[in-house]
Amino acid sequence: MIRINCPFCGPRDQVEFSYGGDGSIVYPPLDADATAWHDAVHQRENIRGLQVETWQHVYGCRQWLKVERSTVDHTIHSVRLAHDGAAMAVEAENGR
Amino acid sequence: MTRFNAWNVLKNGLLGQSGWDRQWRDPEPKSAYDVVIVGGGLHGLATAYYLAKYHQVRRIAVVEKGWIGGGNAGRNTTIVRSNYFLPGNREFYEKSLTMWEQLSHELNYNVMFSQRSHVSLFHSPGARDAVARRYNIMRLTGNDDTELWDLETLKRNIPHLNTEDARFPILGAAVQKRAGTARHDAVAWGYARAADALGVDILQNCEVQSIERDENSIQTLTTSRGAITAKKVGFAVAGNTSLLWQQAGLGQLPIESHKLQAFVTEPLKPLIDQVVVYGVGGAHFYISQSDKGGLVYGGDLDWYKSYAQRGNLHIVQDVAECATAIFPCVGRARLLRHWSGIQDMSMDGSPFICKTPLSNLYLNAGWNYGGFKATCASGWYFADLIANDRPDPVIEGHNLQRFETGAVLDERGAGADCKLHG
Repeated sequence: MIRINCPFCGPRDQVEFSYGGDGSIVYPPLDADATAWHDAVHQRENIRGLQVETWQHVYGCRQWLKVERSTVDHTIHSVRLAHDGAAMAVEAENGR
Repeated sequence: MTRFNAWNVLKNGLLGQSGWDRQWRDPEPKSAYDVVIVGGGLHGLATAYYLAKYHQVRRIAVVEKGWIGGGNAGRNTTIVRSNYFLPGNREFYEKSLTMWEQLSHELNYNVMFSQRSHVSLFHSPGARDAVARRYNIMRLTGNDDTELWDLETLKRNIPHLNTEDARFPILGAAVQKRAGTARHDAVAWGYARAADALGVDILQNCEVQSIERDENSIQTLTTSRGAITAKKVGFAVAGNTSLLWQQAGLGQLPIESHKLQAFVTEPLKPLIDQVVVYGVGGAHFYISQSDKGGLVYGGDLDWYKSYAQRGNLHIVQDVAECATAIFPCVGRARLLRHWSGIQDMSMDGSPFICKTPLSNLYLNAGWNYGGFKATCASGWYFADLIANDRPDPVIEGHNLQRFETGAVLDERGAGADCKLHG
């Protein structure tokens, strides 16, 4: 079982979380052309190795997280709140 | 190749089984081929066979990084059905089922295709209406083997089903009579043997390590057993398509690799005569009994992207709950093995058999977790595409451009999220 160290709740089993998807995707501006939207919505790098992805702690604090995880052996390398401002605030609070 | 027939079986029975040949050769790679298929799974082997048999292509190689039948060919639940309803998918899977019915004769190899019926349970009037629509569309487009069973018929046919105190009461089932199961490795070996007899070189332990190309075409594949040049190249490496695609310098694909687990119990006496499918509230579960007696079953994806051929425990629990919910009598059966395969999950749940940006490269990918049943038609249409350099009308829609044009083949209506299809 994968264990994810939630910044608010501590280490929890992966079944408490819902997998979002590839966290590296940046959606283009609303008026960007169709190709840019096509690429963001449909095309995937499908990394074999370390990838940034989003998970939501649905059965816990309900926060969205950005997790660095290996898609080969499932090792988790880092966990951070997906919202940059909130992540910085939490990290400052924890003295990291 | 010694043919399998009653006379040869009898003769070799008397001669201590000494008269059989190797099933397929183990040739050294040549430096050049007319067609190279990358991927010695079921689809790759089928493609090579149909190319050699029906398109008179002579110099064909199948390159496989491991051994044939060792990837997803050996990691599935062997279900064959054609209960799809979108135009394109409808004809494609029905063609495949029709080919399955003749496959043992075609290959002179018993693939143990057993048309034992595919029984899809429903649990609410809404679900009944939805499957009635789907199965009526099947009837209207050429299938006369579909039925809607009420509860009484279901109880008569599958007596061990929990219809009394189930958490989600069973109302009936949608049934496809010609659907069933086949023996997965017999399919791989049958295609390999038949292709080999037609001169196809099956190159095992031969991994593509790099791809040399110019602007428009692939020139050379550098493999672990030497360089191979090919006039035409077909990719059939579901699970690892994105990696090979990127080796060819072609960028991204509308595919993610996810894993799906399957399970088999210890052998039991005959218990379930059909393929039984249970799906309620998003959960998804399918079970059948192998000829050895093991209950073969599977469920949903593990829900997160992965290249590990190794499953996670929450799905073990999930499928065990599904199994005991509909068949309480299997509660004490012990799990013998479980395994996990990597699936190409596409953005709309449908596959790709298509041309690519390179003039001599053809793509066969994106089978989600429905590739086993598709084997025959996949090989058939992929061979036709490679030989004639144009898609058959049946697979015209299975292209990479469909997300740009909006003509997606989204059977489930789940939208652009790989993990929601299958």
